[in-house]
Amino acid sequence: MPDVNRILVIGGGFSGLTTAVDAAETGAEVIVVEKNPYLGGRVAQLNKYFPKLCPPLCGLEINFRRIKTNANIAFHTMAEVESISGGPGDYNVTIKANPRYVNDNCVACNACAEACPAERPNDYNFGMNTSKAAYLPFNQAFPQKYVIDANYCKGDCGKACLDACKYNAIDLDMKPEAINIKVDSIVAATGWNPYDAKKMDNLGFGNVKNVITNMMMERLSAPNGPTGGKIIRPSDGKPVQSIAFVQCAGSRDEKHLPFCSYICCLASLKQTTYIREQNPDSKAYIFYIDIRTPGRYEKFFWKVKEDQNVSLIKGKVAKITQDVDSDDVIVEAEDMLTGNKIRTKVDMVVLATGMEPAGASNKVKGVKYNDDGFALAGPGIFPTGCSKNPMDVARSGQDATGAVIKAIAAGNFKGQGR
Amino acid sequence: MEKKLGLYICEGCSIGESLNIEKLTNIGKNALKVPVVKSHFALCGKEGIDLIKNDIQSEGVNTIVLAACSSRIKYEEFDFPGSLVERIPLRELAVWVQEEKSEMQIAAEDYIKMHVIKAQKGDIPEPYMMETVKTILVIGGGMAGMSSALQSANLGYPVVLVEKEAQLGGFVNKLYKKIPTAEYYTEPLIVDTEIDKVVKEVESHPNIKVYKSAKVEKTDGQPGAYDVTISSNGSEEVVKIGAIVLAAGWRPYDATKLDHLGYGKFKDVVTNIEFEEIARKSGNKGKITRPSDGKEAKKVAFIQCAGQRDPNHLSYCSAMCCATSLKQAKYVRQNQDAVAMILYKDIRTPGRLEFYYKEAQNDAGVMLTKGEVTGVSDAGRGNLYVEMENSLLGEKVNVEADLVVLATGVVPATLDDPILNLQYRQGLGLPDLDLYDGFADSNFICFQYETRRTGVYAAGCVRQPMNMAEAQEDAAGAALKAVQCVEHVAKGIAVHPRAWDMTYPDPFMQRCTSCKRCTEECPFGAIDEDEKGTPFFKPGRCRRCATCMGACPERIVSFKDYHVDMIGSMLKNASVPEDEDEPRIFVLCCENDAYPAVDTAALQKIKINHAVRFVQLRCLGSTNLVWIADAFSRGVDGLLLLGCKYGENYQCHFAKGSELANYRLGKVQETLDRLQLEADRVQMVQLAIDEYEKIPDIINEFVDKVKEIGPNPFKGF
Repeated sequence: MPDVNRILVIGGGFSGLTTAVDAAETGAEVIVVEKNPYLGGRVAQLNKYFPKLCPPLCGLEINFRRIKTNANIAFHTMAEVESISGGPGDYNVTIKANPRYVNDNCVACNACAEACPAERPNDYNFGMNTSKAAYLPFNQAFPQKYVIDANYCKGDCGKACLDACKYNAIDLDMKPEAINIKVDSIVAATGWNPYDAKKMDNLGFGNVKNVITNMMMERLSAPNGPTGGKIIRPSDGKPVQSIAFVQCAGSRDEKHLPFCSYICCLASLKQTTYIREQNPDSKAYIFYIDIRTPGRYEKFFWKVKEDQNVSLIKGKVAKITQDVDSDDVIVEAEDMLTGNKIRTKVDMVVLATGMEPAGASNKVKGVKYNDDGFALAGPGIFPTGCSKNPMDVARSGQDATGAVIKAIAAGNFKGQGR
Repeated sequence: MEKKLGLYICEGCSIGESLNIEKLTNIGKNALKVPVVKSHFALCGKEGIDLIKNDIQSEGVNTIVLAACSSRIKYEEFDFPGSLVERIPLRELAVWVQEEKSEMQIAAEDYIKMHVIKAQKGDIPEPYMMETVKTILVIGGGMAGMSSALQSANLGYPVVLVEKEAQLGGFVNKLYKKIPTAEYYTEPLIVDTEIDKVVKEVESHPNIKVYKSAKVEKTDGQPGAYDVTISSNGSEEVVKIGAIVLAAGWRPYDATKLDHLGYGKFKDVVTNIEFEEIARKSGNKGKITRPSDGKEAKKVAFIQCAGQRDPNHLSYCSAMCCATSLKQAKYVRQNQDAVAMILYKDIRTPGRLEFYYKEAQNDAGVMLTKGEVTGVSDAGRGNLYVEMENSLLGEKVNVEADLVVLATGVVPATLDDPILNLQYRQGLGLPDLDLYDGFADSNFICFQYETRRTGVYAAGCVRQPMNMAEAQEDAAGAALKAVQCVEHVAKGIAVHPRAWDMTYPDPFMQRCTSCKRCTEECPFGAIDEDEKGTPFFKPGRCRRCATCMGACPERIVSFKDYHVDMIGSMLKNASVPEDEDEPRIFVLCCENDAYPAVDTAALQKIKINHAVRFVQLRCLGSTNLVWIADAFSRGVDGLLLLGCKYGENYQCHFAKGSELANYRLGKVQETLDRLQLEADRVQMVQLAIDEYEKIPDIINEFVDKVKEIGPNPFKGF
């Protein structure tokens, strides 16, 4: 047995990073496997956190620094776990590292992106703009290393990036690599995906112009988003003066996600503050079943509710359609308290789409899941964060720290006690 | 340690094309007297790294100054264990943000001078070693406390558990049944708590020592070396403790304040806790009896938010009461003829608890109605009316019930009792609790366990309102932080967030005037005073923000790699243009937020006014006012501070840094008056890490203001 615990953390989002940092700072050796080319996961796409309305990058920056200065943490981006065998104290894991086509020589000088002639839909911004095929995922991405998207780099450009790079950082022949590691325990922090809004026919996503999801709204509001933070509607760039938030878009619905996604009420209240701050005359309508702002989040709810230009309507949205004469959106619902039918015309609609656990679409071999795709604990395997239950950032951090003590206990910790 | 400096200038990333490298090298060699000065096409490449490593081995270089790129990248390459490494972001600050080539060169020369001097003044850190113990004290023997105790004890750490009652178990002892822990919910929807098993496990654990009917009288000392006085059954004992889990729990909101809901007026209006008691007595017989006449209650109304979400009572939601009432409805429904009515504002069953709610919705004997309960009145025949407005049943309705349960909320134990009884100069309990309604919570979304007292980690309902399952998870996290803390102090390094930091404040006490500014301003209460009022530092409590260094008028607080003279010397060693229309301005910025914002602006090649030179600080709280004199006496025209947002939702990771810096600036008038300078030459601006696009405007505005004031009269002296 080795003297220290070795822990595999699957997922380098908020939960995975917290697990990694806390475990390494308690003396464990940690390997993080992240599928994106950058760390930070979903929170790296958020504009602000509720209720403080502070930028996620602030906390990420501290954790990145802890990673940089801690020799106990290794991480692989663009990587996934291929197989897990063995048991607690002796797990064998095969990691597949996908090619980045940019090696560690990269100095983040942007020369490759400047030279690159090809464009790709920018997945970081949910396709609301494009980036070059040679790109930095976003301007505060960690690690600060460029990536080449092989699906859009078709090689007919005369390899402009190769010529532009002075540091031999580009390697278009890079191949996927298998990495075999041994660990004592595993923390699954695989996170979540926004529920596919196209699956809800009545809500018009994909058919009706100017219907977006809450995650797209985060990008649309962020200073490093596709509009530089200006909340304008996608179809014609009109500044949004009226907006409707549709709660439980998929969540609490047997046909879609049967559970409550925890964050969407607070996310919509938060996004209401984005638009109200940016456009002082704007009006916001929130259609909800129950407003769920547990614990001290209640005060944040009050703050938004006090705003005269914000209307809260208890009622599930029945239908969203395109206005005949304009790019405006028509929202139809029933006010459950008055029984009145409501028909509202707004500039833009935000669907508060729920949290689908990553395990619903992509299961890690060797990890068990429940029917909804939430990861289950097993011997030496500990799910954390949104991979196991919908939760917000604060709770994810707390949960991830808790997962560390379980992982260490499972791994026969040697540096313990007195 | 004898230091030998090496200055390495990178020519890559267009630094070579933009700057006169030979001139920079000569400045290093001649003006700055650096023994080894070299340049290379790409220092971060293998050849460049080997060049440096070779100098470490053959030349004895142990202090490496890298004039290349920002420390936010290439950290793996530029890691030289055992050496002091100073990074100069030449690429970003001297090239990318500059517009004119001539300005690039001046900036590069300035930054090289500033950072070489910084490196000359620094020293290799050594850990702070003291005798420590690794015993974890858990305050509170409820579910959270017992879970924390077991988690730490199972890792091999000795645990001391202090419980105020005569038995362990806390509120769980009062419960009839609990909600099962399940992925999905099917019958049975109420199960035994099995608290006895947990209590037994704790009491028989070889690593756990339990004190019952006990209280923490005093907590003296510091993490790793606390002396905790525990009183129990009339006797007192002092126990050495490494770190503390605060799981002191909660109490129900005082229902006597809810007279509008009939509590105290009608015997059959009870709280949810009292209802557990009733259920324990009669529930096993399959029925619920009511207090007034012992008759079976067949129509039980649950009033949600009895005090919670009400500005007159509790401004927060207690998070657990909706699910608790759903559970208690099941107590009622043990009798198939009985009906439970839940009257709510919003049903809050986040996550998978939604399935539990759904089960109740599928039960025809559980009625759920949204509305605002306005009062409870006598309905005659021994029954009660619950009066509701704006409900799904109509605008104004009376719901008849034979028993009314008030779903009262959670009040944290720390609301009116410091519990810890810390013998700290700054007080007995955790500071800032009024920001969190008395809960022992953290201000940081990202760092849930970081209170403002290092070594103290709260868990369970004393931290936030939560249910039992959540409290157990929370307990695991707090236990881990306690373990992490004792391990760090044993190694003599900082705990969160500067976990990499081996330095510690080392005051030169002979010059201390006992002015007490450091003891007052330290955000973490790390500095106490002895009987004579002389401060003494408790490094175990310290987070290494250097607020004390900024506070000290005598400038006696230093860290090995960070001190007043070091930053002051940087400010004294940049160029001051002779041209009166060309001001020189320093921007002091926080290294975690403001500086990364500057770095991001640079990465995007956003141009920034060439008048400024950036200096990174650990925290703006470390800003010492002498720096203003240092800079202005050298002819510098202005000083801008970029720090985190402060106020109720402060973002400073050291709680008070930027706020204190601003406060100190308010007092700087005197210094400036003495120098016959205008107060507006010094300003602080709050900047978040994502506001990089605002930087050019913020700086231009300040530069314009300084230009308007005119040149510093000391210019040219």
